[in-house]
Amino acid sequence: MRSTRIAVYLLVTVLTAIYLLPLLVVALNSLRTTQEIFANGMIGLPRALSFGNFADAWSGLCIAEHCTGIRSYMLNSFLMTLPATILSTFFGALLGYAISLWRFRGDLWVFGLITLGVFLPEQMKLVPWVLVLRDLGLYNSVGGLILIHVVQGISFTTLFCRNYYIGIPPELVKAARIDGAGFFRIFWRIVLPLSPPILIVTIIWQFTGIWNEYLYGVTFASGEHQPVTAALIALAVTVSEAPQYGVQSAAVLIAAAPTLFVYLLGGKYFMRGLTAGAVK
Amino acid sequence: MAALSIRNVYKRFGLVEVLKGIDLEIDSGDFTVLVGPSGCGKSTLLNIIAGLEKASAGDIEIGETLVNDIPPKDRDIAMVFQSYALYPTMTVRQNITFGMECRRVPKARQDEAVERVAKLLQIEPLLGRKPGQLSGGQRQRVAMGRALVRDPRLFLFDEPLSNLDAKLRVEMRMEIKQLHARIGSTIVYVTHDQIEAMTMATRIAVMHQGAVQQFADPDTVYHRPANLFVARFMGAPPMNTLPARLEGGDAGPVAVIGQGEDAIRLPAPPAVGREWLGKPVVLGIRPECIAEPARIFGDDPAARLVVSAPVEMTEPTGAETIVVLRIGGEKALARVAPDIRLPIGAAAPFAVDTRRICLFDPETERLIA
Repeated sequence: MRSTRIAVYLLVTVLTAIYLLPLLVVALNSLRTTQEIFANGMIGLPRALSFGNFADAWSGLCIAEHCTGIRSYMLNSFLMTLPATILSTFFGALLGYAISLWRFRGDLWVFGLITLGVFLPEQMKLVPWVLVLRDLGLYNSVGGLILIHVVQGISFTTLFCRNYYIGIPPELVKAARIDGAGFFRIFWRIVLPLSPPILIVTIIWQFTGIWNEYLYGVTFASGEHQPVTAALIALAVTVSEAPQYGVQSAAVLIAAAPTLFVYLLGGKYFMRGLTAGAVK
Repeated sequence: MAALSIRNVYKRFGLVEVLKGIDLEIDSGDFTVLVGPSGCGKSTLLNIIAGLEKASAGDIEIGETLVNDIPPKDRDIAMVFQSYALYPTMTVRQNITFGMECRRVPKARQDEAVERVAKLLQIEPLLGRKPGQLSGGQRQRVAMGRALVRDPRLFLFDEPLSNLDAKLRVEMRMEIKQLHARIGSTIVYVTHDQIEAMTMATRIAVMHQGAVQQFADPDTVYHRPANLFVARFMGAPPMNTLPARLEGGDAGPVAVIGQGEDAIRLPAPPAVGREWLGKPVVLGIRPECIAEPARIFGDDPAARLVVSAPVEMTEPTGAETIVVLRIGGEKALARVAPDIRLPIGAAAPFAVDTRRICLFDPETERLIA
């Protein structure tokens, strides 16, 4: 028994180490100066802690001829991610509520059709989105990316919320209907107050997914409209000067910070929400 | 005046016919209990009355207004659910006022109504709590409060006591009955518990397989069940139903149970038609109408007949003793006084209350006399 346990821990530790190694290299390099990296190689401990890389990455780094750092791209990402997360979660909750608690003819078909979106690969929808954004005049704008992420996110958020709401006793809705409440009042006053666990799960899911999304970001936005994920790549392929590994590493860490922060805030709800289908 | 009329109501779910032509007229101030085994359609009928489900055919009138196409909120009804359906995130006070809030009742009137109902149900100390902080009995009271505060034309109760433990259930049963006596409102109450039906109702509708088997006052349902289903469903233990044969006699028709030596002859109700003479019938008699020989039933000594029957088993309950015996070879139950001890396997004398004998048609299972 004891030996099995030791073996399990050993295996888990090794796997974790392998998984975290690249992150470690990035984190260490973010604290080293460019000269030091050149002198001692990509992998190595910092000789002296230098936080200058973070300041450079934030406001001095040159990306595609604009030497303004990733600050403005971070802002783009926030402007895209926050509304898209909130809107897709809201619509998912509303749809999930309608499908689970207001049963109507063909409701399961509607549900199936919406959740089909979960299984469609991004690449497949690239061309249709090109056409839609072109016709709406939203090409190369944050608004266009918000639209895409809201529409695509609804599949996931509806799935999550519907599976949560199916655990709400239908008598609650019946009682409220007799009390005189309508569709939206029941949503606002009874269903939404019961929803925080699942809303936190969908918000984390949506925020992380939209923030980290790259393909649409790089396809539908260019230049100063790009979200940070797309900008980081532009940063990596800059060949006009010697690579600044330290600054690039710092930029990557800054770009990853918001999702990490969101996960730390709501992580315990996330684990609980994914496993729980029941409302008390 | 009819507070509620149900006319020829049908309900189908796909191919399954859940309600097969329900007709009920419920008077104002009546406490009507819809009782039946699970799956008999009673809850569906209640949901149709409430407007939460639509009938496939037929009419519902509340207070002489046709409500078929009127949504639940405009039917002037209140409903208490089996699960209580209290809004979990609201306090007791908010639960009670939610309906008035939806109807934009002024705040002062809301407070007044909450005070009145909280006092009536003695839940004043609970008003600030959430449903999760209440016991089962308290939740039940709050659910009633939410219904009572509206002062509606019709109260609907959907098995409101079945989630309570036995002791609390008996207490709440009495309270609901007293409440009805005090406020005199019209109540339709669904339950599968025939004791709840007997104790609370002014009228009972016994339902089975989507049809009303009998709609009458509790006394009639109990003593003159319309058919064998009602006879066997109501009462615990239920009515004895014994195969018998009807014969003519000097003092009127006689029901003969069993053959030859063991045969028992009981006087049949005189109202039975002559066409039944010589034909098989089913004789129904309640267990409490078979008792120890010293028992006098009612004030008519002639309504009593002593028969001898072998005892198979006894079940003392404390208040009485249930005796399993054989009448003319057929198994039957009797209820004797608790101090009587009967030897198992030996024949003992029993007094039979002959006024209470019912006869049923073995083919149609209907009451014939």
